[in-house]
Amino acid sequence: MMAAAKKFSPVWLTLPSLALFLVMLMTPLTLTLLLSFNEYDNMKGAVGGFTLDHYWKVISDGFYLEIFWRTLKIGLLTTLICVVVGVPEAYILSRMNRPWRSLFLMIVLTPLLVSVVVRTFGWSMLLGFEGPINQLFVALGWGKSRLLYTEGAVIAALVHVMLPFMIIPVWTSLQKLDPQVEQAALSFGASRLTAITRVVLPQIMPGILSGGLIVFGLAASSFAIPGLLGGRRLKMVATTVYDQYLHELNWPMGASIAVILLLANLVVMLTCHRVVEGQYRRRLG
Amino acid sequence: MPFLELDNLTKQYGHLYAVENVSLTVEQGEFISLLGPSGCGKTTTLQMIAGFVEATAGAIRLQGRDITHAPANSRGLGIVFQSYALFPHMTVAGNVSFGLEMQKVSKAERARRVDHALTLVHLDAYADRYPRELSGGQRQRVALARALVIQPPLLLLDEPLSNLDAKLREAMQFELRNIQQQVGTTTIMVTHDQAEAFSVSDRVVVMQSGKVMQIDTPYQVYEHPATDFISRFVGKTNMIPSAPGHPQRHIRPEKLRLVAAGSGRVNATVAERFFLGSQWFYHLTSDLGELTVTIPNDGSAPQAPGTVVGVQWDEANMRTLAEGRA
Repeated sequence: MMAAAKKFSPVWLTLPSLALFLVMLMTPLTLTLLLSFNEYDNMKGAVGGFTLDHYWKVISDGFYLEIFWRTLKIGLLTTLICVVVGVPEAYILSRMNRPWRSLFLMIVLTPLLVSVVVRTFGWSMLLGFEGPINQLFVALGWGKSRLLYTEGAVIAALVHVMLPFMIIPVWTSLQKLDPQVEQAALSFGASRLTAITRVVLPQIMPGILSGGLIVFGLAASSFAIPGLLGGRRLKMVATTVYDQYLHELNWPMGASIAVILLLANLVVMLTCHRVVEGQYRRRLG
Repeated sequence: MPFLELDNLTKQYGHLYAVENVSLTVEQGEFISLLGPSGCGKTTTLQMIAGFVEATAGAIRLQGRDITHAPANSRGLGIVFQSYALFPHMTVAGNVSFGLEMQKVSKAERARRVDHALTLVHLDAYADRYPRELSGGQRQRVALARALVIQPPLLLLDEPLSNLDAKLREAMQFELRNIQQQVGTTTIMVTHDQAEAFSVSDRVVVMQSGKVMQIDTPYQVYEHPATDFISRFVGKTNMIPSAPGHPQRHIRPEKLRLVAAGSGRVNATVAERFFLGSQWFYHLTSDLGELTVTIPNDGSAPQAPGTVVGVQWDEANMRTLAEGRA
């Protein structure tokens, strides 16, 4: 009796998270999936039935493909810039001494402490036609240019908030590194740069990949930043889903786009996961 | 001209001397151990030779060349780190080959030398394994092969055996010495284990509080320790009280013999007895205070606790040391 109770106690312990998972995640996802197969009527909205029309429309209509392509491009560029900026930043951070390290780590985290609306309006003020950056351009004699409502503005704001998600996993894998390993590389005649590229980078690759996955996943499904900084014309997938639901009132279409975005993200993540498993499991455990 | 010369080498952290005026000359092919308790400055000394710690004062000369301030990656030394510091993402062969790649050795030559180095440490069958698939002793030997393959003028070993279990450590001590004698590389090893230092070194440098206390052969260090501290650090010792104003006298436990009561220099009562396999270890109480005695287990019956025995020794084995002499 006691033994049986003991054996099942782990199951009971998972119940709260299981309930949360089922009610808050699986149910809406399933409803969205079902909704995406519904037929749509201009006058009545979703009318039930089963159709693949919406999926077909998304993958055959250049309008939607362009949005997906733009989302992929912005997601990849954001990830790339986060890697290029975040990895060296994490490396420097891990080399800092005691009082500075925690201070700078706090600074790295600050974007997450500011509300997305405040942060994004900050960017639109900064990049606006009369904003300080354009004023600087005028002072330098380059003239004003349109910075707001461009892909560049969206990427800059995304990189700003995504950097912590890149830096933290890389920093964690740097913490696990034996500092003597880098010294060993130097002692065998490697230059600083060679030691980093041949010895440090390969070891923190899993951290870079998981950071990249988080950044890509969040950037590709981001909503508020492209919504506020991309404007009406520069749509990304998540903003399009919103438009379909709330402006077009075409719920099944919105659901289809959302499902495709979810699947695309899953494919990218699983592929990366496979690469990590295959490449690094045997070596780095 | 000595092969390696440390000339008043000093490392200061603020007002604290980690290493203070350490001078040492090493001949080519010698195996030197830096021995001392933790915090005695032995590792800092090694790191200054390796180039990982910048010397505050003094000089390091290798084959006549002043390398005191040369960057670590220009010194060309072979180093075995305490944690082994193998490259976890490279195979055994990749690890060993790394130093040769940095020296731009041709691929064919590299393969030949890697193979040779791995054969030397009996790991030729493990070339394609990754470090985490190896045991502690095997990793240790990969680290050694990696350091030796570049044919360094100087091999530095930082507590190389401290992460191995007792039995493996003993086996590796002899293997380390054999390999070193085969390749003839001048070697400096840091250790806190006197048995390890004694069994493999030509000479031992005993350090305490950042200073060199004695440089001698292992036998001399053990038999004629320069200070009270060394005497205790490198083995067990009995303090024999002497007349007031006279220096303290010491004798090692294995230099004492148990004889019939009344026929020794002093009578003593067996307080405790421990069996160590190859020997018996006694605690005795006597008029001279507590005595420890080790007797080889020659098969004869040991003395039971409470027995009164005589204790005998040769006066020649008695050492006189200035108390706490620096």
